[in-house]
Amino acid sequence: MLKAWHRLARENELLYLFLNNRVAQLAALIALLTVGGAALSPVLSPTDPYDIASIDIMDSLVPPVWSDGSDERFFIGTDDQGRDLLSAILYGTRLSLFVGFLSITFASVLGVSVGLMAGYFGGRFDAFVMRIADVQLSLPAILTALLIDGIARGILPREQHDSLMIVVLTFAIGLSLWVNFARTARASTFVERNKEYVQACEIMGMHPVRILLVHILPNIMGPILVILTVDLAVAVLLEATLSFLGVGVPPNQPSLGTLIRIGTEYMFSGEWWIVIFPSAMLITMIVSINVLGDFLRDAFNPRLR
Amino acid sequence: MLSFIFRRLLQSVFVMLAVSLIAFSLFRFVGDPVAQMVGQETSIEDQENLRERLGLNDSLTTQYFRFVGNLTKGEFGFSYRTRQPVSEMLLNRMPATLELGFVSLIISLLAGIPAGIYTALKRGGVIANAILITTLVGISVPTFVIGIFLIYLFGVELGWLPTFGRAGTVQLGWWQTSFLTLEGWRSLLLPAITLGVYQLTLTMRLVRAEMQDVLKTDFVKFATARGINYRSLYLNHAFRNTLVPVVTIIGLQLGGVIAFSIVTESVFQWPGMGLLFLDSIRYVDIPVMSVYLVLIALMFVVINLMVDMLYFAIDPRVRLKAAHG
Amino acid sequence: MTSLLNIVDLCVKFPTRFGEFTALNHVNLDVSAGEIHGLVGESGAGKSTVGAAIMGLLQSPGYVSDGEINFMGDNLTALSDDAYHKLRGQRISMIFQDPQTSLNPLLTVANQLIETIRQHADMSHNDARKRAVELLEVTGLQDVENRIDEYPHQFSGGMRQRVVIALALCTNPELIIADEPTTALDVSVQKQILELIRNLCTERNIGIILITHDIGVINEITDRVTVLRSGRVIETGDTATVLGEPEDDYTRALMAAVPRLDKRLHRFKNIVSDDEFSAEDASWRIDDASADYASEWLLEQRALQQSKTSNHKSESQLLEVPQISGTSRAPIASLSDGKPRNIEPRNIEPNNSKPNNSKPKNSKPRQAILSVSELAVTFYSGQPSWFGKKEGFKALSDISFHMQPGTVLGVVGESGSGKSTLAKAIVGLVDPSAGNMTFRSETLPPGSARTRSHPVRRQIQMVFQDPYSSLNNRKTVEGIISEPIEFYGLATNKQEIRKLVASVLDLVEMPQRAMLKYPHQFSGGQRQRIAVARALVARPEFLICDEPTSALDVSIQAQMLNLLKDLQEAFGLSILFISHNLAVIRQMADNVVVLRNGRLIEAAETEQFFSSPADPYSQMLLRETPSLRFLQAPI
Repeated sequence: MLKAWHRLARENELLYLFLNNRVAQLAALIALLTVGGAALSPVLSPTDPYDIASIDIMDSLVPPVWSDGSDERFFIGTDDQGRDLLSAILYGTRLSLFVGFLSITFASVLGVSVGLMAGYFGGRFDAFVMRIADVQLSLPAILTALLIDGIARGILPREQHDSLMIVVLTFAIGLSLWVNFARTARASTFVERNKEYVQACEIMGMHPVRILLVHILPNIMGPILVILTVDLAVAVLLEATLSFLGVGVPPNQPSLGTLIRIGTEYMFSGEWWIVIFPSAMLITMIVSINVLGDFLRDAFNPRLR
Repeated sequence: MLSFIFRRLLQSVFVMLAVSLIAFSLFRFVGDPVAQMVGQETSIEDQENLRERLGLNDSLTTQYFRFVGNLTKGEFGFSYRTRQPVSEMLLNRMPATLELGFVSLIISLLAGIPAGIYTALKRGGVIANAILITTLVGISVPTFVIGIFLIYLFGVELGWLPTFGRAGTVQLGWWQTSFLTLEGWRSLLLPAITLGVYQLTLTMRLVRAEMQDVLKTDFVKFATARGINYRSLYLNHAFRNTLVPVVTIIGLQLGGVIAFSIVTESVFQWPGMGLLFLDSIRYVDIPVMSVYLVLIALMFVVINLMVDMLYFAIDPRVRLKAAHG
Repeated sequence: MTSLLNIVDLCVKFPTRFGEFTALNHVNLDVSAGEIHGLVGESGAGKSTVGAAIMGLLQSPGYVSDGEINFMGDNLTALSDDAYHKLRGQRISMIFQDPQTSLNPLLTVANQLIETIRQHADMSHNDARKRAVELLEVTGLQDVENRIDEYPHQFSGGMRQRVVIALALCTNPELIIADEPTTALDVSVQKQILELIRNLCTERNIGIILITHDIGVINEITDRVTVLRSGRVIETGDTATVLGEPEDDYTRALMAAVPRLDKRLHRFKNIVSDDEFSAEDASWRIDDASADYASEWLLEQRALQQSKTSNHKSESQLLEVPQISGTSRAPIASLSDGKPRNIEPRNIEPNNSKPNNSKPKNSKPRQAILSVSELAVTFYSGQPSWFGKKEGFKALSDISFHMQPGTVLGVVGESGSGKSTLAKAIVGLVDPSAGNMTFRSETLPPGSARTRSHPVRRQIQMVFQDPYSSLNNRKTVEGIISEPIEFYGLATNKQEIRKLVASVLDLVEMPQRAMLKYPHQFSGGQRQRIAVARALVARPEFLICDEPTSALDVSIQAQMLNLLKDLQEAFGLSILFISHNLAVIRQMADNVVVLRNGRLIEAAETEQFFSSPADPYSQMLLRETPSLRFLQAPI
């Protein structure tokens, strides 16, 4: 069994580097646990914090079990609405990751498609895309996200607001990040495009779409994967920030950012747990994603070897 | 050379026009300007008159050009929320944001660039690794968490610094500055550090990555083979060649500073433009939103132009290319 | 002559994830003052490692595990890094291959020189500047006073290399290590730089180690030479002896693989075959797959083709050459050819040798497979300037020639001559701006006008220069070779396709098991063979080889050229063979065409061209190419 791993590791450089990097392994483990825990949150958490009926305001601001005045039902205490903090964190992580993954998927599909085409065809399409990218890059991500959020607020009727908020949020974050994917894909495509195997396909008369998808795309996956990971962290950060600012997820479905905001208000009066635990969770999650992103970036950088 | 500048200016104008188009669309299509401005008792007739006076019945193109014209004249309209002229509100808040941004940028550059060079040169050293880990945390921790943490540590626990607001300002004409009093600096410090941390880590990582790349190039190898002393090698040869990409990203980061100031201002209740923008989002105060958008874009465009000028000064190849058209 | 450098038993190791790799294995080397010592070997031999080790600049994690490097009595391996750094430049200097990347683009040439001079000598700025100017003049740079303040990118390749040499000299070192100093330069410039190096060495009595893979260069200017292979010294001694009467088998095989400029060999014999395939690889086979199967299959196409055309004979016809600059040429005799092959060809008649013809034949080309007439290609740079005209770069102008089926046409030229552009125009990647092309009597439309299913896309195939970018790294070899088969619908049954792929691999002398692997698991030469297999499998009639062996080592190149020749003869392929290497052209081509700056300078039959070239430019090329001209041919 080990021999098979060894052989696989010799052939596949990425796997080899991974198996030899304790930090990356640790990060991967944490990331896995986080995602796993979040996905299984309905199963794992003691209560459902989104179910308004199950929350009792009388349970609010209860400290964790090891402090005075605690309640054994709430392991790490409750927030200002009486929600069990542990459950809230689990569900909140799930929500954050959900939004993160969804927006990255959107951003990457859009960005990579555009980048591939811009890099391959060049010419006016490329110039056009680059102008748009320039314009968008002149507005930082958070601004774009806020803007789209604000517009949505203005356009959508009040009642549908809450339920659509998550969609809007995903769209907002995705739209602010697609440019990264587009630029990376475009740059890599430029490089691959001039390589001789692509010329061989062109000589054969292959359709450009086939060349892009079957030949070029697999060869640019390296840098794309790096951006995917790094931007996932950014997406999660963005979501947390927006929720913190109060313009992210709806208030009755708190994500980690919302919880932190609530916690800030109570920080000064001594209810420290509401701000500490969600923050710790958020930081751990993002750090592990970033470590993986770094690992991938170093692994795919041919010059560092 | 001239054609180069001309072309860049043209590009900038294009970007500004695009942004102003977006801003204009916001203005016209999101919500109804008239409905926002009048009370509930106003008669339909009066509303129609208002519409006419505001020019809302003219063709879209006319309205657009009027909009752009107004922008260039500095007439930004009135806030839906406070009924004050937007220009006044913004002007009021601008010094706070600009000073905050400036200080945090200085912090991030002064700490980030040397740290980047150091960690690139001393690969694997203990201090270098420690710095790397710290920066990893730095880009992973959201700005607002840093802010909160700092407030807690320095404001609540230790009580050294104020926890929110902007105290100790001195009025210089229309500009309110924090720089002239100790109190001003004290209240500026935490927000500036908060804002600066993210930029610092980004700068450091970038400088490090570029340095590492440059150190592997042939000309550095050749210079080493010629026995050029290490100090000159690193600074004159290696670092100088990292300047071009580094300058680019620093330029972009100025944007990040302005963006993240929104968050920082929110955490510290710092009365800057960011906070204003945030409020405008919450209350769907379109005029403020759209003008802020245009202003930010303008700032970016100017920064980009300056960055391009810097390229000129640094890289002779750009000069040559530009000279030839 | 005093001994400058004395390397004894040097061992250099690199820890890798596959275990420790020995880059240098008990290497001995002696260099005296005033001597140019050549260090020659194929890639991976360790030549550059020797240079790096001497300078103390081994790329980490490499290290010296054993042995001594004695320089004027001091053992360098025992030095601290600081002490070592003081020596660099001062006493030992090194110059690298690519002048483009060797100079700091952001500093003027003057600054770089002055800095280096003042690093090692206590001089004022002005004095240092004067010295810099002197040095540049010595290296042959013109108009130094004005140009010294310019930036590197404002100089051409040859001039840059002179700057590099000046930089290496400015500290008066005793030993200079030159790592492939002329490989990136054109032939005409190459000779000048080599002469410069020779003169400097003699005048200043410095020792020079010249690292190169080009045996012609070794022959031209070195006094003594050391042959390296896989980190070991194979042979060492006077250049004339080692090259002319090599003692070691490897050296002999190496010399046998060098394409000769002075005569045409039919095949390269007794060369080293560098393929070591494991037993597992060698024994893996697909049922019924074999080289014979592949050749049968490939010839089927040819049979089909031939039954369509009226002329069944595939004799190599006479090359009709258009008039150039007033001189008329008589058509030339075809080459005699008739060595037996190890592959049984069908439907190919042996070529009849014709006696020398003094009567000119009629000038209309019969059955030319490719005809190019007044072809021109102009590239327009990106943005038009504000004031109207677009600037065009004339890559090709007024190119006309004909090619007969079953022949090999060599296209020769230096960089920038337009050779690749010609290939691209024929194959459709680039549109001609004037002129036309005909393939097998039908007009060949420009690339953008060709439909996706135009038959010529299959009939003309191409083998590229860079084996590392001509194969899709993410596909298996099977995927790469089967793609044309599926794409052109040449076979549909999956089993059949697999069998074909395995057979074609056999045909190009690769193990069948290669189809399961990925390109990165193969060496450059092996990849190039896979590329040839891919081109062949489309059953082409016309093959364009664009510098197919320029990136390969000498022995691998010889193998490859042998293979190409065999395939060409077996299948009657018409080949357009592009190369900057005249010797290779001599070995491969029946007829030659010389390009310079996009113009056709000369066209002639090979032997004629090489024995008496007509155009002064061609004469210059032949003269300036470093070669083994003065050596006896080993048998």
